[in-house]
Amino acid sequence: MSHPSHRALFVWKRDLDVFLRLWRSEAGGVVGEPLFVLAAMGLGLGVYIGQVNGQSYLSFIAPGVIVGYAMFGATFECTYGSFIRMEVQRTFEAIIATPLEVEDVIAGEIVWGATRALVSALGMLVVLAAFGQVTSPWAVLVPVVALVTGFTFASLSMVFTAIVPSINSFNYYFTLFITPMFFFSGVFFPLSGLPQAVQWLAWALPLTHAVSLARAALQGAAHWGLLVDIAWLAVLAAGTFWLALRLMRRRLIK
Amino acid sequence: MLLTTIIQAKGLAKKYGALVAVAGIDFEVSPGECFGFLGPNGAGKTSTMRMVCCQSPPTAGELLVDSLDVRTQGRSIKARLGVVPQENNLDPDFTVWHNLMVYARYFEIPPEKAQQRAREVLEFFHLGEKARSPVQELSGGMKRRLVLARSLLNEPRILVLDEPTTGLDPQGRHLVWQKLRQLQGQGTTVLLSTQNMEEAARLCDRLVIMHQGSILAQGSPEALVQEHVGAHVVEVPAESAGPLREHLKGSNVVWESVEDTLYLFARNGELLRESMGLVAGAVYRPATLEDVFLHLTGRGLAE
Repeated sequence: MSHPSHRALFVWKRDLDVFLRLWRSEAGGVVGEPLFVLAAMGLGLGVYIGQVNGQSYLSFIAPGVIVGYAMFGATFECTYGSFIRMEVQRTFEAIIATPLEVEDVIAGEIVWGATRALVSALGMLVVLAAFGQVTSPWAVLVPVVALVTGFTFASLSMVFTAIVPSINSFNYYFTLFITPMFFFSGVFFPLSGLPQAVQWLAWALPLTHAVSLARAALQGAAHWGLLVDIAWLAVLAAGTFWLALRLMRRRLIK
Repeated sequence: MLLTTIIQAKGLAKKYGALVAVAGIDFEVSPGECFGFLGPNGAGKTSTMRMVCCQSPPTAGELLVDSLDVRTQGRSIKARLGVVPQENNLDPDFTVWHNLMVYARYFEIPPEKAQQRAREVLEFFHLGEKARSPVQELSGGMKRRLVLARSLLNEPRILVLDEPTTGLDPQGRHLVWQKLRQLQGQGTTVLLSTQNMEEAARLCDRLVIMHQGSILAQGSPEALVQEHVGAHVVEVPAESAGPLREHLKGSNVVWESVEDTLYLFARNGELLRESMGLVAGAVYRPATLEDVFLHLTGRGLAE
């Protein structure tokens, strides 16, 4: 196994080039869908809920929806996106015939997945700010949280992409892992209301910690628990990144 | 120092679990030479090429490319190679031009130089007018030429081509052959795998015939024909083959039977021709590499 080098940047740049060519057909999804969720839940459902933890329901869910869609962005990119580039277009094969190694390709793809998460979070932040929903200066840290969240989920997704036999397997990943996580990570309601056992389970989910960090940043409310969130995400990101490189080398170099 | 070999394999082997793809082969390629791998499907050609391209580590043996070890100096070797895989792997989201620009980045060719090289290689493969076209709109032959053009961007010392003309029409094939000879004339070493005997005979200075992971024979196309089947072949159709078979069993004529047709190889072609005049439908013709191939790799389908 070799270490990823600066050449990973060329893979990231390739993915960026495709995105810039096709962004018109993707931009709607990047910002559109999360805004619909915010509007439906925050404005529609919010009327019946009133306040959560002393804030409007819209303000309560906004940070979670931002990082939740950062997660979706990175995950789509490094599951379906990477799989198609690897198996259908044979882009990885073309790249590793040059001075790049598998590790460069996978690192570039993961950083690109994180970049997608960042783009989506920035888009939403701008729209939220336009509607007067961004009040704390600490909100500038939300994109950083989105980037870290994106990196973690891109790595996690890449681990799965490295072992799936076919593109259909991603259905399991989404329906049994990603989508449930979106609903049980404190995006739409505080976890404290759940039974203790479920709370422990939810605590292990990476998105829970991303939501906690994003909420603190958007509301400007720091507390010591954030260090645990940061540590957990860092450990998970490093571990899955390393594992993704290992498994992808095993898959691609035979 | 003048190198006498640019690729050197000693006891090179590749195993996938219990399957032996390459069973310990030796070969040497000289700089500027066109060296061919000929063999049926599953003979080990592609596995060998992938090892040369540092995309598959050898299970055993030694493999040096431009004096560098494929196991430890992959990046440096790959910087000197131009690789054309069996299946096209162009970027479908980009234009012809952008495909080349993106690929040039992987070699860290400075942008200005990359643009100049891109113009040159597109011209070389008659794709200059297609620079702005999306790859999706190219014909199969143009896509193949673009993959070939792309492999030249980094001015490789060694071109590694895995069945480069499969699926091309005759015009396309001849264009590619002419261009490959031109590149070879400029000093590029060419490593070629093919199932097309005409291609091997036209392009290769030397070639090896592989079967089930081993090298059965090596030499120049002419020498291989001379050595293994002689100058001429008599082809006897199925109808006349039956009685002749019995007769041949006692003789010292070398023969081969593919499906129902008999092939008689003889160093003394005149004598054979005279005796064959008596067999209905027999065709007398010069021997080719294809005869050597069939003779050495056996009659049945490899798969």
